[in-house]
This record gives sequence, C-alpha cells and structure tokens, in this order.
Amino acid sequence: MYETSYHRADSVADAASKIGDEGKYLAGGMTLLPTMKQRLAAPDTLVDLTHIGDLKGVSVNGKEVRIGAMTTHAEVNGDAALQSACPSLAKLAGGIGDPAVRHRGTIGGSIANHDPAADYPAAMLALNATIHTDSREISADDFFSGMFETALNEGEIVTAISFTAPDKGAYEKFRNPASRYAMAGVFVADHGGDVRVGVSGAYSNGASRNSEMETALSGNLSADALDGVAVDAGDMLSDIHGSSDYRAHLVKVMAKRAVAAM
Amino acid sequence: MAKVEMTINGRSVSGVVEDRMLLVDFLREERNLTGTHIGCDTSQCGSCVVHVDGKAVKSCTMLAAQAAGSEITTIEGLASDGELHPMQAAFRDNHGLQCGFCTPGMIMTAVDIVNREGADVDEQTIREQLEGNICRCTGYHNIVKSIAAGAKEMGSGMKEAAE
Repeated sequence: MYETSYHRADSVADAASKIGDEGKYLAGGMTLLPTMKQRLAAPDTLVDLTHIGDLKGVSVNGKEVRIGAMTTHAEVNGDAALQSACPSLAKLAGGIGDPAVRHRGTIGGSIANHDPAADYPAAMLALNATIHTDSREISADDFFSGMFETALNEGEIVTAISFTAPDKGAYEKFRNPASRYAMAGVFVADHGGDVRVGVSGAYSNGASRNSEMETALSGNLSADALDGVAVDAGDMLSDIHGSSDYRAHLVKVMAKRAVAAM
Repeated sequence: MAKVEMTINGRSVSGVVEDRMLLVDFLREERNLTGTHIGCDTSQCGSCVVHVDGKAVKSCTMLAAQAAGSEITTIEGLASDGELHPMQAAFRDNHGLQCGFCTPGMIMTAVDIVNREGADVDEQTIREQLEGNICRCTGYHNIVKSIAAGAKEMGSGMKEAAE
C-alpha cells in the first residue's frame, strides 16, 4: 500500500472538509483497502465515515424504509423491522460476501462504488430507491451511470437510501464459482402491479433495469410470463467467466427464479 | 503517523504507527501476536480473522488506525488459565487441521458463528458461514465436524455458567 493519511470524521461536514483533491472516503473498506493493497488506488487521504452516528441505522415507518449509508450488511440482514417490511432486501444483505465482509461492508460504500457485480445496486433500482447525499436526493435510476460510475460529484457523500417497501420482492443471483461475485443477480419488486426489475453483474454499463421483463411481469407476475422475453446479449459483459450470450441467459433464469420465490 | 490505543486480549495497548499500517501487521509486528496469519494478498483467505468488538473481521482489510478504540480478540486470547477454548479443543479432538496455517482464522470464525447462530448450528449453516475461510489441506469435512462439536461444547459451557 502506498503512503496515505487517515482521518476519522466525526460529522458529515468534517468529512467533506478533509477530503481534498486526492482523498477518498473510507466506508467499510471491503473494496477500497484490497484495491489499495494491490496499489491500484493511492488516495493521499482516507476519511473514515463509519464513526458518524447520523449515517448509521435502519428506520422503518410503515412501508417507508430508510437505511443510513454506514449501516453494515450484517446490520441490514439482522434488522427485525426490515425483515418484516422488506424481507427480500434483508436476505440480499445476508448473501453479500462472507460473514467478516458483512461485519464491515456498508450499503453506502457498496452503492457509491457501483461494482457491476455488487448486489445492492440491483435492489436500489427494483425498489425505486432514493439515494440521499449531503447536498441532494438522487433517484436510483439516475444514480448508477456506468460501471464503477455514479452520479456523485467529487467529494459528495452518500448519507442514506430510502424507499417504499414493495408488496413483494425477491433477489436471486448466480455466483461465480471462484470469486462468488454475482455473474447475474436479478431483483424483482412488485409495487402494486407495477413491477420493476433490477439486474446486477451482467450488464456492461453496470446495474440496469430490464424494461421488457418489467412490461411482461406487470401484466402477469409469473415465471411463465418471461418465456417470450428476449434478453439482448449485446448489452452484456463478456469475459473469461462467461460470454454475453451466457450472461443474457442467466439473467432470464435468475429473473424466473426470483419471480418463483416471490 | 497515527497514535493508536486499543484493547487486545484484555490488555490496553498503544503504539505510534504509519496511517497505512494494517491491523494484522500491527498485531504481528508491533505486538508479536503471530498466531494471526497472513495467507493471501487479496482479502480472500480468512487466515487473519480476529474479533473486533466481538465480531469476526479480516485484520488484513482494516487499518490499525480504524481499530483504534476497539476491543480486539486474537487466537492467543481464547485460551484461559492454560485451558484450551472449547473450540480449540474440538479442532484437536476432531483432527480439524493438517498444516494448521488456516486454523487460527478458522477458529476465530467458528467462535463467531456460534456466537451468532447458537450451539445447535447445523452443518449446512456452518459450511455457508465458512465462505470467507480457505483451507488447502483438509477438504473442510473435519473442520465442519470440529465446529459442530465445539459449538455443542460452548453451549454446555454457557449453560453451566448460567446455572
């Protein structure tokens, strides 16, 4: 790891004032620190956000859910109110990485990083979530702008996400057998007959919705409704782990499994 | 440089370290607690797992400065009064190791699993929860057996303590 300096922020304002031009915010560090160990990233300053109390915790008010950006995957997974309001998201959090990663990794860090194979971005899209930052609110549709890219400006801090719990939802993913990251992960959410489908792991521009599937499922929420939908392989990642055709096929299979699990 | 103070295995310690120093290097190089191992460079293998404020964490993927103010338990902190922790004894009794390199991380993860899932944790759950710990010798069967046995023993210890 190249030399860096560490600052533990005690407030969002404190964090924003310390970030500088070449700094990076440190959340759980489950991607950033391994990347720094490989010398693929070399921020001169790390501003630790995880001790800012305002950024932590899950609150559920009826169907309205708000999750602080520095809430860990283990906390999201284990939150009793969330398990009742939106069990699909709690379950998704329990399937990220491994137990040690879930103890450190955070929802804010995951979405700000926008790894194309991360699980949360698919959920944010399907849940029609709002991403709250220290300066504005951004809809999930506008937030995930490309692989490892988001609508965040330099120095902008994700403070929370919020959404209205769907009537039903489910997430299914197909893990790479070695890395265990999703090669395709599909979150299907039913908002009163209006169905949204978020996909992680497969699209070359990062997490995306699939409007053909949404249209098919909005009239008929059954796995059979997806039989006639063609998933375009032209939009898919292609690498040594799977061709674009393979990933397009996986997306449909995972979507069917998610619908069957709802 | 960062001044870090933390509690390791019940003892308050402090040190002045580079901001970039990983917790695992602080434990091994500054505190001579070499039971915590480094098995990879990619945060995948789990041989460096310690407990930070009671939760299993990969000490190779956390800065010492991030751990400042925390309570750390390493493999050296499990045994008490010369008696192996029940999970350590279970690994010995069930031949849960061959070369032993991954064992400290396996045992720290195992204790964390029992803390979260209880003494009656089933085999499937144990296997799923070992996702972040890699062993290149045993094929995992005896590790899983050890954890199930250690969990039962920890459970009876907890009951005795309650009585």
